[in-house]
Amino acid sequence: MGSEILVQVQDLKKYFFKERLFSTEKEPIRAVDGISFSIRKGETLGLVGESGCGKTTAGKAILRLIEPTSGQVFFKGKDLMSLRGEELRKLRPFMQFIFQDPYESLNPRMRVGEIVGEGLEIHGVARGKEKRERVEEVLEQVGLHPQDAFRYPHEFSGGQRQRIGIARAIALRPELIVADEPVSALDVSIQAQILNLLMDLRDRLGLTYLFISHDLRIVKHISDRIAVMYLGKIVEMASSEVLFRQPLHPYTQLLLQAIPRLDPAKREEKIFFKETFLSLEKERGCLFAPRCPHFKERCAREAPFLVDHGDEHWVACHFV
Amino acid sequence: MNERGMTSQIKFFWKYFKRNRLAVGGLTIILIIFIVAGTAPFLAPYDPGKTDVSLKLKPPSLKHYLGTDQLGRDVFSRMLYGARISLSVGFVAVGISIFIGILVGAIAGYYGRWVDSLLMRLVDIMFCFPTFFLILTVVALLGPSIFNIMVIIGLTSWMGTARFVRAEFLSLKERDFVQAARALGLNDRRIIFRHILPNALAPVFVTATLDVATAILVEAGLSFLGFGVQPPAPSWGNILTEGRTYIFDAWWLTVFPGLAILLTVLSFNLVGEGLRDSLDPRLRGRR
Repeated sequence: MGSEILVQVQDLKKYFFKERLFSTEKEPIRAVDGISFSIRKGETLGLVGESGCGKTTAGKAILRLIEPTSGQVFFKGKDLMSLRGEELRKLRPFMQFIFQDPYESLNPRMRVGEIVGEGLEIHGVARGKEKRERVEEVLEQVGLHPQDAFRYPHEFSGGQRQRIGIARAIALRPELIVADEPVSALDVSIQAQILNLLMDLRDRLGLTYLFISHDLRIVKHISDRIAVMYLGKIVEMASSEVLFRQPLHPYTQLLLQAIPRLDPAKREEKIFFKETFLSLEKERGCLFAPRCPHFKERCAREAPFLVDHGDEHWVACHFV
Repeated sequence: MNERGMTSQIKFFWKYFKRNRLAVGGLTIILIIFIVAGTAPFLAPYDPGKTDVSLKLKPPSLKHYLGTDQLGRDVFSRMLYGARISLSVGFVAVGISIFIGILVGAIAGYYGRWVDSLLMRLVDIMFCFPTFFLILTVVALLGPSIFNIMVIIGLTSWMGTARFVRAEFLSLKERDFVQAARALGLNDRRIIFRHILPNALAPVFVTATLDVATAILVEAGLSFLGFGVQPPAPSWGNILTEGRTYIFDAWWLTVFPGLAILLTVLSFNLVGEGLRDSLDPRLRGRR
């Protein structure tokens, strides 16, 4: 793994404002609230968190599929947020997105060949016969038949559709792929196949992944490093191995505990989490405080920052 | 239905459509009128413009199926040629209105924000005009040619389509496959026309069919008031007007064009409703 940094995200924010007529109140929903991290070339960073914590929004904002409220994203040294129209489109081939729902992400009116090959045509990479050959090559790479190019998406199963989505993403030979829960909509038996395909492609094509998921086991399987998100903020970030061996943030501990285990004898002593609601002072205090077992008075007053606890193990908690 | 490809979707749709007997009947009548209009020169027993005063106001007979008018012209032949005018006014006007409607609706729905507000207010304004009188005024100013009539009907009837298309775009543009297209780096034009529009067309066809009926009626109404297609060119509307004077002496001059208009408009409406019911999965169970 090289140490060259491919993507650098700095203080990325995405707020959603409720639009209400005749209202001056502007209390935004902070979907992504100032996250920063970087991904090295060839590395896979897993982004985990419960549903609604802003993982998907973060992934989409990084590729500017939705416009972030503020913050910066450097891709190969270029500030994506400063690029406009044509400049951004020129960079698109290098960064692709894999969507969660394979039933939603393929245009029902287009043949698979058109779906996979459209990017090639638009960016002038390949046309006509050349394009067809490239499409066939990519379809084979993701484990589909070249003849599938002439079929429509509805003729395929969920797993196959996800393969089509992956084929579309890799057709342009990207460097970064943001994979947004690429297996969570699939059967467990298919999940492993798709995961293996993704890992295989990463090794063969030298891809860099931002892998978004709510399933820690999957993330552990595929990621080099893991970032844990809670309510729009990153609370802990470390290499997969360290994070699983020694989770420091109480929320990470909760998540790890929630992984179902097969062996009942191995069950560890559980920490209990409160589900009470403390009134926090607005925009201050630790967001996890209401559920935290180690809650102290300081947590309600002061928000913790991500602090390096050695070996690139970053934690945002006052009492670690 | 959105999960299906074009060909299998047509099959699927036909399966539901053919259950609706009224709609199938309407479609048959429309096809017949189409064929009749297309082959009018071969089918017509007489030249529609040929006058023969010695034969004036003859009732329907084997020689003149639908009788003759006050100038001795064969009503049947005139009706056949009139079908051409009615249909071409219907289709060209609706073609124009769909084109404008799709364009305005697509732009409003896709870009949203102030573009949307602006265009939708324009739609509201257009809706405020009493269309028929607007058309009358414009025709009075520009002259009543068939070309003018088609264009004016088209220009005053696109608002419904625009609203429909906008609504479809609003929901479709949030779908993942549209974001995927954006992630590929496609430009707006391609996203709008290749990715969103093909998925938004179904309801447009429905309104279009219903609009054809309206356009035919408007043309007939204009001709009846003397602002439509000008004699001696035959249109159902002006055959009706000319016959109005003789309504008590020669009933066939008013009854047959009236029936033709009724039948055509009814058929288009039935087909339109049949289309709507079979394209909307929620309405499928009803019949």
